[in-house]
Amino acid sequence: MGSFMLRRIIYVIPALIAVSLISFLVIAIPPGDFVTRTAELRAAQGDIMPIAEQEAMRRAYGLDLPIMVQYWNWISGVVLRGDFGYSFSFNLPVKDVIWPRLGLTVVLSVASLLFIWVVAIPIGIYSAVRRYSAGDYVATFLGFLGLAIPNFLLALAVMYVAFAWFGMNVGGLFSPEYLEAPWSWDRVLDLLNHLWLPMIVLGTAGTASVIRVIRANLMDELHKPYVTAARAKGKGEFGLLMKYPVRHALNPFVSGQNDIFVEIVSGGTIVAIVMGLQTTGPLLLDSLRTQDMYMAASFILMLSVLVVVGTLLSDLLLAWLDPRIRYQQG
Amino acid sequence: MDNLVEIRGLRITFAGAVDVVTGLDLDIPAGKTLCLVGESGCGKSVTAKAILQVIDHPGRVSGGAINLRQANGDVLDIAATRPTSPVMRHVRGADIAMIHQEPMSFLSPLYTIGNQISEALTLHRKVSEKEARAEGIKMLEQVGMPDPERRYDSYTFQLSGGQRQRAMIAMALINQPRLLIADEPTTALDVTTQANILDLLAQLQRDSGMAVLFITHDLGVVAEIADEVAVMYLGKIVERGPVKEVLENPRHPYTRGLLASMPRLDGDFKAPLKAIPGMVPPPALRPTGCSFHPRCEWAVAGFCNTISVLETELGNDHMVACHAYGPQAGRIDRSAARATAAVAAIEKREESAEPLLSVRDLHKHFPIRAGFFQRQTGAVRAVNDISLDIYPGETLGLVGESGCGKSTLGQTIVGLHRADSGAIRFADGSHEPVDLLTARGATAKRLRTDIRMIFQDPTGSLNPRMRVRDIIGEVLQVNSRYSAGEIEARVQVLLSRVGLSPDYAERYPHAFSGGQRQRIAIARALASDPRLVIADEAVSALDVSVQTQIINMMKSLQAEMGLTYLFVSHDLGVIANISDRVAVMYAGRIVEIGSTEAIFRNPRHPYTEALLAAIPGRGVGKSTDRIRLGGHVPDPSRQVAGCAFADRCQYAQPACRAVMPPLDGTPDHRFACIRADELRLRTVTGKPEMVDA
Repeated sequence: MGSFMLRRIIYVIPALIAVSLISFLVIAIPPGDFVTRTAELRAAQGDIMPIAEQEAMRRAYGLDLPIMVQYWNWISGVVLRGDFGYSFSFNLPVKDVIWPRLGLTVVLSVASLLFIWVVAIPIGIYSAVRRYSAGDYVATFLGFLGLAIPNFLLALAVMYVAFAWFGMNVGGLFSPEYLEAPWSWDRVLDLLNHLWLPMIVLGTAGTASVIRVIRANLMDELHKPYVTAARAKGKGEFGLLMKYPVRHALNPFVSGQNDIFVEIVSGGTIVAIVMGLQTTGPLLLDSLRTQDMYMAASFILMLSVLVVVGTLLSDLLLAWLDPRIRYQQG
Repeated sequence: MDNLVEIRGLRITFAGAVDVVTGLDLDIPAGKTLCLVGESGCGKSVTAKAILQVIDHPGRVSGGAINLRQANGDVLDIAATRPTSPVMRHVRGADIAMIHQEPMSFLSPLYTIGNQISEALTLHRKVSEKEARAEGIKMLEQVGMPDPERRYDSYTFQLSGGQRQRAMIAMALINQPRLLIADEPTTALDVTTQANILDLLAQLQRDSGMAVLFITHDLGVVAEIADEVAVMYLGKIVERGPVKEVLENPRHPYTRGLLASMPRLDGDFKAPLKAIPGMVPPPALRPTGCSFHPRCEWAVAGFCNTISVLETELGNDHMVACHAYGPQAGRIDRSAARATAAVAAIEKREESAEPLLSVRDLHKHFPIRAGFFQRQTGAVRAVNDISLDIYPGETLGLVGESGCGKSTLGQTIVGLHRADSGAIRFADGSHEPVDLLTARGATAKRLRTDIRMIFQDPTGSLNPRMRVRDIIGEVLQVNSRYSAGEIEARVQVLLSRVGLSPDYAERYPHAFSGGQRQRIAIARALASDPRLVIADEAVSALDVSVQTQIINMMKSLQAEMGLTYLFVSHDLGVIANISDRVAVMYAGRIVEIGSTEAIFRNPRHPYTEALLAAIPGRGVGKSTDRIRLGGHVPDPSRQVAGCAFADRCQYAQPACRAVMPPLDGTPDHRFACIRADELRLRTVTGKPEMVDA
């Protein structure tokens, strides 16, 4: 087990190096940079930016260096000093912009994932055990509905209902008075107050698919021989269900959870724009449009790190759950 | 009432309408072992599950009574008890426990065996965790689990097949049930392990005085363990009585058929086996009248197929349900046996013939990788320095416990593994002899049509998305020497050769039964007119009567087409029947090789003796006479200096562990035991019997 874990953790290193390189190159290779973009914007306002000024600006930002040198400067800063470079459009160090956003993204994604589990696992188990019952059909119907409705549309509808009928302050993750406030207990409560709406919106599609996965996995396990054997020992039906088939059905489910997490992290952009959430999505989109390269590369890098770490966690969780993996790959 | 359980008129219905068990009457006597015998599809397992009310959806008990005499003398009708009721839950595991065929799938791999054993205890008794653990370990010790303290915390996949079955027996017996239901508990085990488990069950039954309902299809096992026998066919008991009566004086044609299709190990091994024709029909297509009549050699048209049978008492507690013993017995001529399909006698190979295949010093090792860098830390020596010859037209049987390397040897010859070293020379007479290991290009391609393989599992080895025509014809298409018309014609011929209708060519494999699928697999192997066919456990997954049909067919195909077989099997009865010569493998090496007669009547290696002694049901008198192999095949990754068998051999001496015994003896009978000349080993019939060489 120790060797298995160590190997898995070490596998992460080359993955991260590749991810950082690719995320930087994706931003840096296409023609044009922040300076060209600025010049275009100024030109649109009728203000021609002289070539010499552009070159001076490039030199100032280090954009005239070869790409690999730029990469090296950036990544060595990230790794050695936690310095993600400078955001041209914000005129701030990237790390000052990125960390609060990333933190909120993680909080929202984890909350959505927990919401999915709490709702979907019991419904999935019920659906599998009472297959073809009225409850199963209702769950299946709602599940397909949840899969079919685009998230941003659901966001609009939910926001309208919350605002028009319940007079709630919707949009964003904070009330206006806490938006720029330092962290305090009241701010946390305010966050929780705003969190549940996007959490549900982001979680519906995942909930629907998890219900299907649990139902299908569990139906495969319900009539396995070891279930008969345990029933023949005299075990009661509920304890039997939880100890054997549900536990067995969890393994393939756990290995699939990372995909859902990735989907929530990266797929939430449109919802975040619609709901005005201070997560990474909208900012990443902006920085790509303005070619704010350190900002964009840093966002992509950190989101990829989240995904890689998520995969690692789900692998380790699976190994912890399943002795076959623990003992046979160690 | 002397009976622990009395089943009356039991009816089990599946999916609404199909009766799988129809009015079954069965008594399970207290303190005795009752064997329930029949082919698969007869309703044996579902009857057993009905006693515990654990039949899987969509099956259910739809009529009749299952009366269990409880410990306090009350009688409980299980059939009328709700499956989920507390009463039923209390009966399960406490009064009646069950063990199953495949411990690997009946035990959960996610919990330790200790967890699952003590769970059975805590469900029925209030005990602390510590007491439960102590009880569990004690139980494991009782069922002969080596090192029970440590094994208690093992997972199923860390145990051998025999140890898993012991764990399951411990789980069943920890509450000291009054009835143990054993559903084919030894079918998936090696013959040596089976012998040990049967001994264990018999001893536990004697010690505890519990009743055992033992379900099996193997009449050898019945002879070994039963007090009484009930033979089941299509959901009804057709014959019942004390074991001696039923086996020595079988009355029902079905019982007789089952006995006749069992390979014999006394007298002439090679006498053709008489198979019961056809197969068990699905319950939805139950024949009218006596449901056995379509397969019965006595059946009288207009009588057996119209009038249903009644049970007839024959005295001595012997019951039979057959018209031949009923009130109108006169209408049936019991001597009117159908002529058995003549199995052509196989000509003996000419002594001077050159071997078709010579294997020399063959090695196949699989590397074991471990540790952080996955370096090779050892090797599984699956095939270890093997030399043997196979002559044209003969059948060489290859036998040994699982894990001895016999399948790897077959797969290496056919080219599924690349050998590490050695030579395999193939000389078919019409081409220059070639070495299989170095052949390239056109020669290698020709070899792939000359040497073909039949696999154990006909379900897994036939592509479910291909039509039978394409499955059989593929080898011809690949070799592109044939036109589509020729291939079509050849497929038709092959299908009729293996006893299937040529119209089956358009169907997909799922439309066939296991036996029919194996026939298709054989037709596929024969499609390219091979010289050598390697049959890897080709009949092991089949029912006895179907197995006999396939063996008989393979023998006549051999005679017609001049085939040579390498027949790999763990079943010594089958090996004795089909083989001209037999090679016994142990831990990757051949320990004895010789003619079938020599191996079975004059074994010279103690391992061969132990294998023969483990065959169930040969009435080897006192248990003190028995030879039982403890332990299992040694870890093939461990290199041993001397004889690999020494650790399990009752005749082993220090000298055995010093040097590897060479394969010596006469050219016709070689064996690898340094003490061969001083030992007088027992033969298949249990008596020391020396045949003069």
